[in-house]
Amino acid sequence: MMTPASVLPDTTQIFQIYIKAGPKAIWEAITDPAWTNRYGYTGYAHYDLRPGGSYRVVANEEFKAAADAAGFPCPEVIVDGEVIESDPPRRLVTTWRMLMDPACVTEGFTVVTHEIDDLGNGSCKLTLTHRLDSSHATIGELVSGRMDAGGEGGGGGHAWVLSDLKSLLETGTGLGG
Amino acid sequence: METDDDKVFRALADPTRRFLLDLLFEREGRNLTELEEEVDMTRIGVMKHLRILEDAGLIVAQRSGRSKLHFLNPVPIRVIHDRWIDKYTEHRTSALVDLKNRLENP
Repeated sequence: MMTPASVLPDTTQIFQIYIKAGPKAIWEAITDPAWTNRYGYTGYAHYDLRPGGSYRVVANEEFKAAADAAGFPCPEVIVDGEVIESDPPRRLVTTWRMLMDPACVTEGFTVVTHEIDDLGNGSCKLTLTHRLDSSHATIGELVSGRMDAGGEGGGGGHAWVLSDLKSLLETGTGLGG
Repeated sequence: METDDDKVFRALADPTRRFLLDLLFEREGRNLTELEEEVDMTRIGVMKHLRILEDAGLIVAQRSGRSKLHFLNPVPIRVIHDRWIDKYTEHRTSALVDLKNRLENP
């Protein structure tokens, strides 16, 4: 069931992190495919940054090989959606659908908002709000990182992605070295 | 000077605050009244604990319609895990599980 836009469903997940970098650097790390392939789940994010523009994440060769080896061949495009709002370097709203897993595909589109608040001291606060309804249970589990038990399940979700992004921007290398 | 990590550890050191995080782990997006009902404490007391959790970045409060909703922010714990626990222990998986157990069973 869809909740009105002004009300956040209690299944929504919010992730917030402070990063010692400027808003433009953070915006670029989120929207430039050369950057997005360097942290988190990797893959090349392609955004057409205007309302109605397309959004898709293309898996890299290493990722596809790993998925094949694990017995879960993945499609070329692993996430897709549409740009709803783009206000560089402050706010990006897109729809978001996970295409790697049939259960997630069935749950359809969700909405992801990135907000970058410049704190004026060389740091920014980055807030990722993943608006999820009760019909998005599998996606919710995946992005919460709760499938990460054992260290090699569904990965650490958005928290892990943002932690890795922080490491990359602040030290020049991701957590993987 | 207190670092971000200090704030997280200090916030987690209190059983009531861990309990509040557990409530949000079970179900996100609760307002003050809903949280207050679960804790044997005055409204002022609950607000004080929520402020410490918010200050440590473990809770993010968002306006939604007419109310202020509280969401668990797992990122600071993830950052500590990725930077700090990984750095000093080879048993990264067990460290994560320990931390998870501590958060799940305050």
